[in-house]
Amino acid sequence: MIWQLDLLILTLVVIAGIGALTVKDLLGAAILFGAYSFMMCLLWSIMGAVDVSFTEASVGAGVGTVFFVAAVFRTTRRTKD
Amino acid sequence: MKLVGVAVALLSGAFLLYATVDFPPWADPASPASLHVSPRYIEKTIEETAVPNVVTSVLADYRGYDTMFETTVIFVAGLVCFVLLRIFRTVGSEQILYRHIPTGITVRIRDHRRFPPRELKEFERIDSVWTPYDPIIKTMCRLMIPFLQLFALYVIAHGHHSPGGGFQGGVILGASFILLAVSHDLRSSLARMGEKIHTLFCPVGVLAYAGTGALCLLLGDNFLDYKALAPLLGVDSIMARSHGIFIVEVGVGIAVMATMIWIYNNLSSEGRYDEGL
Repeated sequence: MIWQLDLLILTLVVIAGIGALTVKDLLGAAILFGAYSFMMCLLWSIMGAVDVSFTEASVGAGVGTVFFVAAVFRTTRRTKD
Repeated sequence: MKLVGVAVALLSGAFLLYATVDFPPWADPASPASLHVSPRYIEKTIEETAVPNVVTSVLADYRGYDTMFETTVIFVAGLVCFVLLRIFRTVGSEQILYRHIPTGITVRIRDHRRFPPRELKEFERIDSVWTPYDPIIKTMCRLMIPFLQLFALYVIAHGHHSPGGGFQGGVILGASFILLAVSHDLRSSLARMGEKIHTLFCPVGVLAYAGTGALCLLLGDNFLDYKALAPLLGVDSIMARSHGIFIVEVGVGIAVMATMIWIYNNLSSEGRYDEGL
């Protein structure tokens, strides 16, 4: 476990999480959430939980982002709050 | 109101951070979880279930109830999307767009029942929100999808020895059909995996899991105790547990694959199953 890499990914997780919460464009929020999932997937694999990492990569970063994009496509792209 | 929300979030975050002080250090061999539960699984998995990947044996055998109800949760999620979104009635005088392939001219047909150009080879039905024909994306996805599906089957079947299993493989298998729907259109995905088939696959996968457990019960053992399957499969009780895990993982894979396609189709077509993303 390389602590510089760990710190970098943790920082990116926090940035992606806060960005997904604050950004007004919902499509951008969906993409940021995908990035968040991917960073979490890297974190799991650093911690040695390869099965969890695999699930996070396929469900969170893969299909989940597609679901969000489909929902944004069929509703509205701008958030009101 | 916003300030109150920020204060509550910060306060609960601070409490959670304060609670982590009491946690044992990361990967501490003296932590309670590493003292009793984990060593038992790590030492006994091979001799009890003959599965090299401890995660798989814990997931599908030692903690089989958890996984069964996780599969049920996924099935219920798909069911809720279906109940909330699916619309069966067709709106009258619907306009349907067709593209004349040699010239690229778009034709709009008001009453498509009287004049269906579906039989004519030169016409191709297109969505109302339509992106131009892109041969690079379509060809690349058509090349990738068979390998994706093969990899998904490998992930399901090889879950005993490497990371993976029913959930991951099922998601990848469902994602291959979603990729087809995204790169081509929803109708070409539905032509390969129709609504009836994927809606039926969903409970069938859950039933394969619960039915394996019930079969163990019928054969005179506990629910989900796969060693009862030994006389049926013609192997000893240790290999029966390994094979039982495999049967259950296949059930999980079928259920998860069907649910992913089900949710995507309902979300992307607003429940009308005609035009996708």
